[in-house]
Amino acid sequence: MPSVETRSWERFALPNGLRVVLAPDRSAPVVGVAVVYDVGIRSEPQGRTGFAHLFEHLMFQGSANLEKLAHFRYVQGSGGQFNGSTHLDYTDYFEILPSNALERALFLEADRMRGPRLTEENLRNQVDVVKEEIRVNVLNRPYGAFPWLKLPPVLFDTFPNAHDGYGSFDDLEAATVSDAADFFERYYAAGNAVLAVAGDLDVAQATEFVQRHFSDVPARPAPPRPDFAEPDLTAERRTSYVDKLAPLPALAAAWRVPDPLTDLASYLPYVVLAEVLTDGDASRLVRRLVLTDRIVTSIGGYVSFMGDAFDVRDPTALLLEARLPPDGSVDRVLAVTAEEIDRVAQDGLDEAELTRTVARMSTHLLREADTVLNRALRHAVYEQQRADPALSHELPRRLAEVSEDQVRAAAARLSANRRAVVEVVPGGGAR
Amino acid sequence: MTTELLVGPRALPALEENRPLVVPPSAERTLGNGLTVIVIERRSVPLVEVRLRIPFGRAQLDPGFVARAMLMSQTLFSGTPTMSTVDIAAALQSVGGALHAGVDADRLLISGNGLASGLERILSILSDVLHGASYPEGEVTTERSRLLDRIRVAQSQPSHLVRVALLRRMYGEHPYGMQSPAAVDVAPLRSPDLADLHASRVHPAGAVLVIVGDVHAWSALDIAEVTLGGWDGSGGAQVTPPVPPLRPGPVVLAHRPESVQSSIRLALPAVGRTHPDHAALHLANLVFGGYFSSRWVENIREDKGYTYGPHSAVDHSVAGSSLILSAEVATNVTAAALLETYYELGRIATVAPNSEELEQARRYALGSLLLGMSTQASLAGLATAYAAYGLRLDYLVEHTARLAAASSEEVAAAAATYLAPAKAVTVVLGDAERVAASLSTLSTVELVPAPVGTAALDEPEQGTPPPSEPEPIRGPSGV
Repeated sequence: MPSVETRSWERFALPNGLRVVLAPDRSAPVVGVAVVYDVGIRSEPQGRTGFAHLFEHLMFQGSANLEKLAHFRYVQGSGGQFNGSTHLDYTDYFEILPSNALERALFLEADRMRGPRLTEENLRNQVDVVKEEIRVNVLNRPYGAFPWLKLPPVLFDTFPNAHDGYGSFDDLEAATVSDAADFFERYYAAGNAVLAVAGDLDVAQATEFVQRHFSDVPARPAPPRPDFAEPDLTAERRTSYVDKLAPLPALAAAWRVPDPLTDLASYLPYVVLAEVLTDGDASRLVRRLVLTDRIVTSIGGYVSFMGDAFDVRDPTALLLEARLPPDGSVDRVLAVTAEEIDRVAQDGLDEAELTRTVARMSTHLLREADTVLNRALRHAVYEQQRADPALSHELPRRLAEVSEDQVRAAAARLSANRRAVVEVVPGGGAR
Repeated sequence: MTTELLVGPRALPALEENRPLVVPPSAERTLGNGLTVIVIERRSVPLVEVRLRIPFGRAQLDPGFVARAMLMSQTLFSGTPTMSTVDIAAALQSVGGALHAGVDADRLLISGNGLASGLERILSILSDVLHGASYPEGEVTTERSRLLDRIRVAQSQPSHLVRVALLRRMYGEHPYGMQSPAAVDVAPLRSPDLADLHASRVHPAGAVLVIVGDVHAWSALDIAEVTLGGWDGSGGAQVTPPVPPLRPGPVVLAHRPESVQSSIRLALPAVGRTHPDHAALHLANLVFGGYFSSRWVENIREDKGYTYGPHSAVDHSVAGSSLILSAEVATNVTAAALLETYYELGRIATVAPNSEELEQARRYALGSLLLGMSTQASLAGLATAYAAYGLRLDYLVEHTARLAAASSEEVAAAAATYLAPAKAVTVVLGDAERVAASLSTLSTVELVPAPVGTAALDEPEQGTPPPSEPEPIRGPSGV
């Protein structure tokens, strides 16, 4: 096995409930700073689809000591970069900067943790910006939001799991400043947040900076987290829609998988299976569907709707998605896919197939961990969801422990009666 | 920078002393066959990044060449006399590796990574492919169909359509004027076409191999020499003629019926990395629109809400550089967004940036260099890009010094020279029925049909992503 990550890390909590992870690595003069709040798309209220994401934008619009635009200017004027992103189960805010700006970055994050400046003008401006974001990523391109926003309403029944996390324009336009204030009050509590810093830092000094800037953030407890559980499917569900920009048919299928948090050991074989099926030209489905039968143009597979297997809670899914040639048959693709999955379940894996697949997965994990920002984000999410900030150090070993029998058993669970399928009907394209 | 700024009830912490830019240890060797090998040591994770850049310029605009090169790059790993596609992929995967090839108007680039312990395996498979890629007819048929499908998809993607229109407008009959394959040129291709192109162009003369990672420089050079020293050194490169100057003219409006946004692109003149104006231009562009905290982004996004992720960057190619502005804007504000764009260009070209704007941009530029040196993948990308221009990573030390030294007058002069709206070439892709009249109030407009048949294609990404990579919903910097 490749060497796993051995870097050290420290964790502690402030009296106001904020949890902190510090992960020093002095090999380059840069630091990554991440603040993760335990609220995401699944927590937004009915009638306010897209609100978690809209609120994320509002967190950049100024705070107690910072005018609008100041956050951007101070981060970039320190040589750094910033962003935030909204996920199903959390929302993150982050910077990567030369390490001489560490204290400044902590000041900026603490300032908005005390409270953003929520104004009508900024809200309207950011509703407009978000609408352009949705147009560019969903409405003005072929296969927009496919399949990550198209499969959940087929696989799930409840609003938290099934609704459109980008939001309808009506809901976005209906959002008010008072909605935003309530959302902040409820979810953006110190007790609901994790701060992680990775990179060129001295633990004692960074601890002092953290205490200096975050200690007087008011204590508010984490809200109770609702149970988003839903029963598994017992019969196949299948839908289709016309994408007027898409020139070719496409197909996505999803199956529920075990709970990533409470049953990681049972979950990991599905993560490996997705790669056995679709990682590269030596994978089962690429070989059969793309190279041999030539019934798809491309095929991909992964666990969790946003493609990251280790930042979600239950319920989530293993997804496959394929693009078909112009005259392609969705039924044929589903049948051949089922046949190949069944071959894994019945006959197991070839010699070395499991080890080479896991070796490539290790490369992906290590490569992602090569940026201090990703390390900070990982530590923060793992601390928040698992109270185990160092899961990233463990994952290569845990993946290497997945057995052939476990992968076979996972494959056996990908049956047609547990499947949700969405088909994209091409509406023309070339416009 | 030691004084604390009072920005409200609380003081903004001052920055500590600037961190120095440290160039990581490296070694270089030119092999007997002409291949230059550069190894950079960065032991942050036990991996290695590999890039092989082979010059792929062309003397003339040649749609057939574009199609052959694209299909060849996609079929390069489809077999040798002793290995199939699957054998190659499995052998690489066993050392945690993968290799992919992509082509553009300047180069064929083979990229990959894997466990550092697998470097020899990765390079020996690369060598097998360079020597013996056999372009089996069956695999060529498969990849040709996949490429034709991708061309169809690209033709419905506005970002690709507008790029095609912009390149045509900027470069005309220069080889850069058409950089992506047309279906009509791909459809007739057969195995011998690709094998012939490989035989004539895939050679080490002028090629650069960059290896970055958890390796010892000298032993990695030896591995490269053993595995790639026998690569056939014959064949000759073609030289791409210098790009023609931009010819300002009417706004080109490419019609895309029912488009819910307009894709605005402007091209402006720029200079290469070694030109004396380069650092000043870099800073002028940052102040204008080259990062989030710029005049243009603050205006059309944070003030007006016209767009999500506008950006402006210098685009370096072997035969010339240019500055490209990009914004996807709501259809009903297309002309208004273009007006603000011309306004901000005019303002930077005529009113010098104030010292606060300049120092902020300068710190951003210097910090970006530090960030770019901090990962194996970004080092590999930088080293490969610079090598194409005969530069090495120590260029960054000189660039740092030039960025630090550029005066306000030099930045203002660069802005006046390169960012003047009078020098811009403008292309808009959108619903002409809804935007032509208002655009005509700003400029004469030349209406053209949406470009069809020559769509630009995404380069295959590393790690064979799914057809549409899922992404978290992004926040402010949508670029």
